[in-house]
Amino acid sequence: MKLRSTFRAATALTLVSAAAVSAETITIATVNNGDMIRMQGYTDDFTEKTGHEVEWVTLEENVLRQRVTTDITTNGGQFDIMTIGMYETPIWGANDWLVPLDDLSEDYDVNDILPAMRAGLSHDDTLYAAPFYGESSMVMYRTDLMEEAGLEMPDAPTWQFIREAAAAMDDPENHVNGICLRGKAGWGEGGAFITVTGNSFGARWFDMDWNAQFDQPEWKEALTFFVNLMNDYGPEGYATNGFNENLSLFQQGKCGMWIDATVAASFVTNPEDSEVADSVGFALAPNSEGVEKRSNWLWAWALAIPAGTQKEDAAKEFIEWATSKDYIEMVAENEGWANVPPGARTSLYETPEYQEVPFADITLDSINAADPTDPTVDPVPYVGIQFVAIPEFAGIATQVSQEFSAVYAGQQSIDEALETAQAITNEAMEAAGYQ
Amino acid sequence: MATKASRSAARLMMAPAVVLLMAWMLVPLSMTVWFSFRKYLPLRGGDLGFAGFENYGRFVSSSSFWPAVSTTLIIVGSVLVITVVLGVLLALLLDQPFWGQGVVRILIIAPFFVMPTVSALVWKNMFMDPTNGLFAHLWRLFGADPVAWLSEASTGSVVLIIAWRWLPFATLILLTAIQSLDSEQLEAAEMDGAGPLQRFGHIILPHLGRAITIVILIQTIFLLSIFAEIFVTTGGAFGTRTLTYLIFQRVLESQNVGLGSAGGVYAIILANIVALFLMRIVGKNLDA
Amino acid sequence: MARAVTTRRKTLTTALAWVVGLVIFFPILWTILTSFKTEAQAVANPPLFLNFDWTLENYAVVQERSNYMRFLWNSVILAGGSTILGILVAVPAAWSMAFVPSRRTKDILLWMLSTKMLPAVGVLYPIYLLFIRFGLLDSRAGLVMVLMLINLPIIVWMLYTYFREIPGEILEAARMDGATLREELLYILTPMAIPGIASTVLLNFILAWNEAFWTLNLTAVDAAPLTAFIASYSSPEGLFFAKLSAASTMAIAPILILGWFSQKQLVRGLTFGAVK
Repeated sequence: MKLRSTFRAATALTLVSAAAVSAETITIATVNNGDMIRMQGYTDDFTEKTGHEVEWVTLEENVLRQRVTTDITTNGGQFDIMTIGMYETPIWGANDWLVPLDDLSEDYDVNDILPAMRAGLSHDDTLYAAPFYGESSMVMYRTDLMEEAGLEMPDAPTWQFIREAAAAMDDPENHVNGICLRGKAGWGEGGAFITVTGNSFGARWFDMDWNAQFDQPEWKEALTFFVNLMNDYGPEGYATNGFNENLSLFQQGKCGMWIDATVAASFVTNPEDSEVADSVGFALAPNSEGVEKRSNWLWAWALAIPAGTQKEDAAKEFIEWATSKDYIEMVAENEGWANVPPGARTSLYETPEYQEVPFADITLDSINAADPTDPTVDPVPYVGIQFVAIPEFAGIATQVSQEFSAVYAGQQSIDEALETAQAITNEAMEAAGYQ
Repeated sequence: MATKASRSAARLMMAPAVVLLMAWMLVPLSMTVWFSFRKYLPLRGGDLGFAGFENYGRFVSSSSFWPAVSTTLIIVGSVLVITVVLGVLLALLLDQPFWGQGVVRILIIAPFFVMPTVSALVWKNMFMDPTNGLFAHLWRLFGADPVAWLSEASTGSVVLIIAWRWLPFATLILLTAIQSLDSEQLEAAEMDGAGPLQRFGHIILPHLGRAITIVILIQTIFLLSIFAEIFVTTGGAFGTRTLTYLIFQRVLESQNVGLGSAGGVYAIILANIVALFLMRIVGKNLDA
Repeated sequence: MARAVTTRRKTLTTALAWVVGLVIFFPILWTILTSFKTEAQAVANPPLFLNFDWTLENYAVVQERSNYMRFLWNSVILAGGSTILGILVAVPAAWSMAFVPSRRTKDILLWMLSTKMLPAVGVLYPIYLLFIRFGLLDSRAGLVMVLMLINLPIIVWMLYTYFREIPGEILEAARMDGATLREELLYILTPMAIPGIASTVLLNFILAWNEAFWTLNLTAVDAAPLTAFIASYSSPEGLFFAKLSAASTMAIAPILILGWFSQKQLVRGLTFGAVK
């Protein structure tokens, strides 16, 4: 026993000195979101602590996906760390393409990661990516406009109430749209939004035999509701609006309500970027009356190490640094608690200073309310809320969401779109051998 | 006139270019053909065996295939028409004497230097954005409702973005051609009482025929593979999915390399049909 | 009388030409102007043309986020390297096609052009796998090769058309005087072909500089040029017109300036044999 611990101490010592001696340069592919850009600014702190240098490859989300997917499937070895999401992680983990993160240090306290995030980034109970930040979705609304309209937002609104509020706040004369929602084609953009909206009307992608369900009345009801709501009270050209476009509209005071990622809360309440920073309220994502499921999703941007990298140890050190409690504290110290990466760690929500941030509780509640294993009313054969965790999904959902976007742009009818969506999905599922 | 020695020397000199291009064409092409007969799904473990002609059948029978072919032809055709017609008019204009010729020529040539990604980003955000774009501001100024260009007039918008980049190229080639026109011939025609339209129809246009075919040939080669403009602006939505983009979706978004490779083979066939057709014309023109 | 008409006509032509020129140039001008605004001014309605507080803040932000000089340097290396290599391979080929034509010359030329029609996306996986096999991923050498091969057909064709315009009699005369093949190439042909080669070099440099598929997909850090630089500014969060404009201006400025200075050479040569 004693021998072993001596041995362990010796190994630890060698490891430490090895790390100090062989300073490495690791290459990290990441997405150009605000929190990641901020992280790049703190790279020096990491280099100081470990001696390792970091090269950043920062790409727009779609380009990033294309880039890292090509590299991981061909074992290209271009990156030592990849920024990926909850959709990719379990699939890649199942293929043994990622280094399991099962030996993180005790200081790191892996049990502090929010259970929902940990479950979503694991395959067979093994963690394959560490969450940098996590999110659900919720309603953000203008408290001043709601007051003017004489309405009060409940903590847990229904879609029917959202419509009523949108009608009341809509004011084209002053360039205020009642509501702004995602309509942009792409599985992670408008595709994600219409899928969760579908969930909250009781719709689902597949039945237990992997048959597409777009011919079911729930989908028609959900899509019709969404299209009517947006045509009546949404902004011009919402068919091309995604997260960034809506964020920019809301920050300019052009939306009464916006239902989107919880991380947006810190951007819309930041007085430097937002004209409406001091009049934003929050509520849970809506459901349709009588449907138990709400339309909130679950997502995390996480850091993973591709199997086969030569710099596994340095990469792990980076992940431990970037997703640690210390990193959160460092950001809090320099930029304020409202700007720390949210949604990853339980301890953050127990920090008294963070509890004072207006959107802290609602974010945690939204995340906890999301259950990827039980996304909608009827049982489904898949895992995932705003996506279906199978390799074929990204391709199918992008095409389906393009059909829906064509409806939003007034180029085809709801029935036509649903019919095509049904055909595209069944076609692809049959080709992949599910049916 | 050429001796035997110079003939073999010529062959030797041609060899590097021919061998390199042969390799560049044959190696990826044969790999693509190989993949197109395999069930190759990178996310499901890679190469899952022989697939016969299944990928070929599936690619064509997909509901997206024919619309993609027609979108490709529409976009390429419209850009060609716009750049050639406006190019001829612009070349005629620039050929006239006026003050500041050098500067104007610089202004007109500039879009050709802009990388496609940048021009797509700039047009999409700063001009066509229905809320903050310049067009939207302009429309509101005249009391009209802003147009959501990229969804309501998607194909037209994409064509505009591409044509903006290629118009300078066409103009320059056509301008050089016009400038080489014998001015005496024009003057003689004017003496004979030919009006401007007649002079254009009977002398200038025939003279430009060769330049126009060359503009069409070169642009077609580049236009058949346009990608960035669509990727950045619409992502293939709203009926702007070209054949190239459909292949991209199959290979990268759906991660079905076999199916995408079959699409690649079809695209090569289509490109060669167009090329053959064009080259017949150009080949004839080059001889003349 | 005749003079008066000409002046009037010239004035009209001048006005028309300038209007057209400015309209075509406007998107670039607007991008450059916007890059000096604050984000709020960039989306102001009515739009601000010159009456805003000029700021360099956006450039500072962009530079802080990414090391512009490294991307720029890679762009120069890739575009320059592929152009030089391309010319070295293409000049002999074009020379022999132009001066020792055979029955198959035209077929070879057209075949070369047809290789350009291979859709890049369709061969991404094959090329990526080959690059892994040969350790070329994210290397300038690999990219230089690819860019050279992509543009080689155009270079050969352009040079071929210039060479063909060089009268054969001059060569005959030189041969009579006992000039060797090498002397013929070095002292007679090359000087006559310089304008054509200059124009080819410029066009190829521009095409290589703007190539955005392979340069993005085959690079990560060491070989990433400006096309990769701009890929991280496609859709940042919130208001971003000013920063996007600054990044765009930085990406296109070098080639725009080069193009403007060498505009005369480029234009003179851009005929592809359209002029006899």
